[in-house]
Formats: sequence, structure tokens, C-alpha cells
Amino acid sequence: MTHRSDKGPAPVLALKGISKSFGAVRALRDVSLELFPGEVHALAGENGAGKSTLIKTLAGVHRPDSGQVLLDGEPTVFHGPADARDAGIAVIYQEPTLFPDLSIAENIFMGRQPRRALGRIDHKATHAATLALMQRLGVELDPDRPARGLSIADQQIVEIAKALSFDARVLIMDEPTAALTGSEVARLFGVVRTLREQGSAVLFISHRLEEIFQICQRVTTLRDGAWISSELLDGMTEDDLVRRMVGRDLDELYPKQEVEPGEVALSVRRLTREGVFTDVSFDVRRGEIVGLAGLVGAGRTEVARAVFGIDRWDAGEVDIDGKALINGAPSTAMAAGLALVPEDRRAQGLVMDMSIERNIGLTGLRTTVKAGLVDRGAERSRSLDWAVKLQVKYARIADTVNTLSGGNQQKVVLAKWLATGPKVLIVDEPTRGIDVGTKAEVHRLLSQLAADGVAVLMISSDLPEILGMADRVLVMHEGRLTAEIPRSEATEETVMAAATGRAAA
Amino acid sequence: MTVTTPQNTPVAEVPKSSGTRLVDRVFKMRELAILAVFLVMIVVTQLGNSEFLTEQGIKDLLLNATILVLVAVGQSLVVITRNVDLSVGSTLGISAFAAGTYLQGGGNAVVAVALAVLLGIGFGLLNGLLVSLGQVPALVVTLGTLYIIRGIDSIWVGSRQIVASGLPDGFVDFGSGGISAVPYLALIAVAVLVATAYYLKHFGSGRELYALGSNPEAARLAGIPVRKRILMAYTFCGALAGLAGALYLARFGNVDSSTGNGYELTVVSAVVVGGVVFTGGSGSVYGAALGALLLTSINSVLPALGVSSVWVLAINGILLILAIAVDRVVALRVATALKKRNARHG
Repeated sequence: MTHRSDKGPAPVLALKGISKSFGAVRALRDVSLELFPGEVHALAGENGAGKSTLIKTLAGVHRPDSGQVLLDGEPTVFHGPADARDAGIAVIYQEPTLFPDLSIAENIFMGRQPRRALGRIDHKATHAATLALMQRLGVELDPDRPARGLSIADQQIVEIAKALSFDARVLIMDEPTAALTGSEVARLFGVVRTLREQGSAVLFISHRLEEIFQICQRVTTLRDGAWISSELLDGMTEDDLVRRMVGRDLDELYPKQEVEPGEVALSVRRLTREGVFTDVSFDVRRGEIVGLAGLVGAGRTEVARAVFGIDRWDAGEVDIDGKALINGAPSTAMAAGLALVPEDRRAQGLVMDMSIERNIGLTGLRTTVKAGLVDRGAERSRSLDWAVKLQVKYARIADTVNTLSGGNQQKVVLAKWLATGPKVLIVDEPTRGIDVGTKAEVHRLLSQLAADGVAVLMISSDLPEILGMADRVLVMHEGRLTAEIPRSEATEETVMAAATGRAAA
Repeated sequence: MTVTTPQNTPVAEVPKSSGTRLVDRVFKMRELAILAVFLVMIVVTQLGNSEFLTEQGIKDLLLNATILVLVAVGQSLVVITRNVDLSVGSTLGISAFAAGTYLQGGGNAVVAVALAVLLGIGFGLLNGLLVSLGQVPALVVTLGTLYIIRGIDSIWVGSRQIVASGLPDGFVDFGSGGISAVPYLALIAVAVLVATAYYLKHFGSGRELYALGSNPEAARLAGIPVRKRILMAYTFCGALAGLAGALYLARFGNVDSSTGNGYELTVVSAVVVGGVVFTGGSGSVYGAALGALLLTSINSVLPALGVSSVWVLAINGILLILAIAVDRVVALRVATALKKRNARHG
């Protein structure tokens, strides 16, 4: 932590020797961190390394068991989120917390509205101040429209505006880019750079290492709740950073096994859903991993949903092992050996308040139900079996899924579907928002499945993942398949060209 | 990836304040729609029965609505915070009896009203504390207090009854009197309504009620004193239920242990028909008041048209379902409209 000795200003916010436990779990052990004005500081670590706890300590949500929070060098105690806010610390959570029914202006100034006589809210001044903030951020959002229906990117802009409105000197961003498209990330980074130039300190958390290198100057790494390092990013490589996060040299991130593809398992012919996707045809063979790339909104998820039968298609045909599937009937698709691991695991993949065993057991109810009742023993042994196979890290199999980290939740979703013994597996964004270690495990698992003869269709917005794992890359652009690129010819350039519609198929 | 500065990020021109207009329009439309239904109903009834809109007829319409309007206004505040108070009927009943007992003993009318309001505040505080501290769903808590208050009422009142003849003449006259067709009681209700609406729109704590109903977690993170606000909403709701109890006494002069029985469901119907969203964060007290006016008027309209009053409940139910269906459709439309606007500038 001596890298800044040559710099003049004192840290605006610092943590010294912070420890925090939840019951028997030591979430943070003697962690220190210094944030200087005018820097974007990355916080790196795997899921469960203690990043969230650290953020919540800075935000006044958690109070540390020991150690000090220093504000401008002075020891401070935050009794709640309002204290931290008053101290000029703003947190932008991964999922923005807005009031959907209230206007953007009200969202920004809630609790701190400009007042007129008798304590009444000055609606005009609120409106004007919001407009000024939007101009400062260089975005056009109508202050009076309700927050409901704003894109995640715009919701984050509102959160940033909120931070600016109380002159936040410290901005903490928890995976702000996880749900953004490329151009939205660019806009966000533009805003972050402006804030940095204006002297704010930004703490930036992201699982996308390239983003850390793109926007940050220094990085603090946590592992298992302990401080590992704080250093300048200049001169570091992604491998260096991963090594600090994981604590060892990572096994290959894309452990692709070469498999000779077998016969066609999934065949999609001229599939069309009006206004969503048009004339989509492709095959996936046994043993093959086919990547489906494209920009967000290109229709990839929608194709997967139609193939699985969640949405109806208007024209075309889907065959599994040569047999046609019934339009709009997920249960027959499952019976035919199709499994879909959805994009949004919290909303679509898991019942968050249910136990691990029961979540995995959900897809097996056909086989574990005897005389109308669930055979709990069979369900448990089947679930345990898969939880172990996938190395899910949990305390007890009866724990609810929401106690698990994101990566382990994703493994539970995978287990749930793998337990059906699928012939064709469709995975939608299988590694979004999960750490590199788990990511490598998921990749190894997909690769192993393919080697065992499963046909895998992998939708992903993570280009290195597509390039690293897929035997063939299908690219969609505005609802149409624009390219099919074999592994040997797939590069970032060829895939992006097709995804943005610049290349002919 | 190229990175652009925010200045040259292309954004389309968004018409200023179009969001306000859209949203305001929707909500005003929602209230106007109830008003329109109400007016159509009144006109049709008048055409079918020319005796309907006499001075006394109008006065009765307003008088009937008054008490429901008051309780519905209080209930709206609670519903806006994503809670509900089912104990309002019991509170109304017990405060009416308390005020009546005091008046029968020769008490002062103003003190009697104050007594009813204080009693309401007491029960409101109880509800508020249980809901905000206990972290128990409001539906269950206030169902409990509904029975508790009703139980206390039954034990205390027994088979006793308060009748108009035992009350001071001035009090009873005030309850049925008015300035030509406008009853005094309705003036009180309107005053409360306007003040509450103004408070909700123009005061920070009023907006915070909407905020915490809209997203409780965000409200907590924004430093809004969530428990205090919920407590406040319940206390206000209880106070208005108590006031309504006193006015009930003045209007009908007749109170027993079953007064206000089942009233809570009428109140909740009025609030929902009036466009206050049951999941919190949205709606206005004007809407709730109009909903109350509409529901009570049906009681007068049907007999005037010669329709049996057994239809009243069924019609109330149909209105309720219709209102919810309309809200849902409108919400979807608005969401689509807002998404489209995003698409244009995202």
C-alpha cells in the first residue's frame, strides 16, 4: 500500500484493519483499503471473497466488528446508510434500487427535496436540478417520467445522478456493467472518467477483467475475506490479477476437449416468430458445442425459448433426433431430451426460497413421485449426487438456494437440468456474473458433457467464452442468423462483424 | 471497444416533460373515468326517476358517501405504503360507541369527537407498531386487531344501544344539517380530503409514503425512516376511522356492538376502485374518495330505479374486478409506451 507515497492528496476514504463476521463465517479479516480523490480503484476477488461485505461496510449497511473507517483521515462510525450518504459516499448496486412509481426527479431527490416555505417541496426546483444533473452527465432523460420501464443502463444513470446530487466524493459501483450492452458500457465509462477528472474517488467492481484494465488505475484484491494486495494496474497482466484472486495459477479457463461430432441431435428449420426472429435454421450434433453469439436483443434468447416450447413459433420446425417437437409444449421438449438453462437464474432458473435438494429435484418429479407423493429419499439422493458431481459449495443440502453465491446458484441450475439426462442442452449466458474460478468449472463441465455425447447450444455475450468453447459459432443480428463460423475461422473480428450486421452471411 | 465521452454519445431528443404529461394524464384519466361512470349513473337514474335528484336526494347521496370517504382516505395512505388496515370497521364502531356514551352522560360535542379521534389514534398506533416492528404481514396483523377491537367492543357494549334521543339535539342536528344540499359532514370530509391530498403531494414525508410503497428496500437505502412512516400512516388511518365513528354517531344516532361490522371490505373496495394500487406506491386520495362516492351511490341508485337492493353487493364486486382489470390494462399500456420511448433514445 505504499504505491501512492509520491502522490499529494490524502485518501478521502480508508478502511484500516476491518474485520466482520456473520455467525461463524468470517466475511472480512483485517482488510485495508485506501481511496484517493481522482482515482478509479478496482476491487477484485472471486465470489465470496468479501467484496459485498466490504462495500456494505463502506455504505454504512454493516458495522465492522473491529477496525476503523477513516473519512478524510478521521475515524468515523456509520450508523446507517444515511450516515454514509451524508459523508458523501454513494453506492450503485448491481441491481439499481429505484422507486418505479416515482419520477426520475423524485427518485434522485427522495428525502432531500428542495423546500419552499412551510417545508413544502419545491417541485420546480427539483425538476430544474434534475435537468442540470442530466446535462452534466450528458444524457437525455426526462426528469418527470417514472422510473418504471427504464433500461438497467438508464437506471444506473439515475443512481449516478443521485450520487452527484449530494456531491458524493466517493462512488462505489458494484458490478455496474453486468447487464449492459457494449455501447451502454462505453457511455457509463465516459461518465466515470468525467467524475474522476472532477476529483471523485470511484471504487469499481467487475468480473470482467478487461474492464478493470480499461477504466481503473489501482486494484485491491481480496481472497477468502482477506486482503491480498493493493497495487497499480500499470504493468500488470490479466493473468497476474487472476493469480492474486484465485491464489494459484488457474487451470485453463477454456478447457475445450476435441470431440468428433456425431449425428444431428437438434435440428431447427426455418423457425420464425413474427417480429422477434425470422427464418432461423441450424443443427447441433452430438458431442458438439455450438456458440450462439450476437448483441443483446438480437433474438438469441427468444430462439432458445421457442425451441424449448416456452413461446410459440409461427413457422418452421424443431426436431430432436429426427422427431418433430410440438409447438409451445415444454413438457414434450423435456421428454424428448431437451434441457434449457435460462439466462436469469434468479427469476427463471431457481426457486430462491426453496432448498438446494428440492430445486434440483424439481425436474425429476416425474421419476421421484410415487403414488402421487414425492419420494423425499429418492429426491435427496438424486440431488446430493448431482450437487457433489458439480462441486456445489453449500453447508447443508437442505439450505435455501438464496444462501449460495452466484456461481454456486448457477451450478444448482445446471444440476437441476443435467439430472434429467438431456440429449440436447441449451445454456443461456452460463457464466454471467460468476467468478473466474467457477467459470472455468462450468466450462470444464460443458466440455465434459459434450465429450459424453450431449449436444450443447451455448448462448453467450462473452466473446472470449464463445471463441474458447464453441466448435462452431452461429451469429444472430436483428432476429436473423447472419453467419455460421467454424472454430478455425472464428475471431473477435469475424464474430463482431456478423453480430453488428456488417458482414454478409 | 471504442469508448466515447458522454458528450458525443448520440441521444435522441426527448420532448420535455412528456413523461409527466403521460403519467399525469393516466392518473387523471383514471379518476375522471370513475367520475364519468358516477355521472352517467346519476343521469340515467334521474332520467328513470325524476324524484332522484331533489335537494334531499343530493344531500342523502353526499351524506352516505361522507363516512366512507373519510375512512377510505385514511386507508389510502396505508395502502400506498404497501400495507392494509382491516381493523377500520371495528375502530369506527368502538369510537362511535365511546363518543355516544360520553354524550349520553351530558358531554360536550367537540370533546366527544376528539375522544373518538383519540381512540382511533390509539388503535392506529397499535396497528402501526405491530406492523412496523413485528415485520408481520399487515393483512394478518390487522385481521387480528379487527377481531380484538370487535371483541373489546362486544364485551363493553353488550346488548346496550345508543339511540338518537339520548344524544344532544345540536349534535344530531349537525349530523343531518347542512348548507342547502351540502351537509356539514360532507364539508368536513372534503376539508380532510383536500388537506391530505395537498400533504401527500407537497410534503417530503408524504412523498416518502409513495416511495416506501413503491420499493421498500430502496426506501431503506435512501435513508427514509420506514417504520416511522408506516406508523404515521396507520395512526392517520386510525384517526380518520375514529373521526368517521363520531360522524357516524351524528348521522345515524344509532350505535350498537355491531356498528361498522364488515365495513373494512367496503373501504378497501372503495380504495381499489378509486385506483389506489393494492401493491403500493401509486394512486391518489381523490381517486379513493371518488371510489367511495361511486360505491355508496349505488345503494341509492338501485332503489330509485326500482331494482332490488340485493344486487348492490354483486355490483360492487363487479366494479372492483373491473377496476382492477382496467388498472392492469392501463399499466401494461403505459409500460409499453415507456419502453418505446426508451428504444428511441437508448
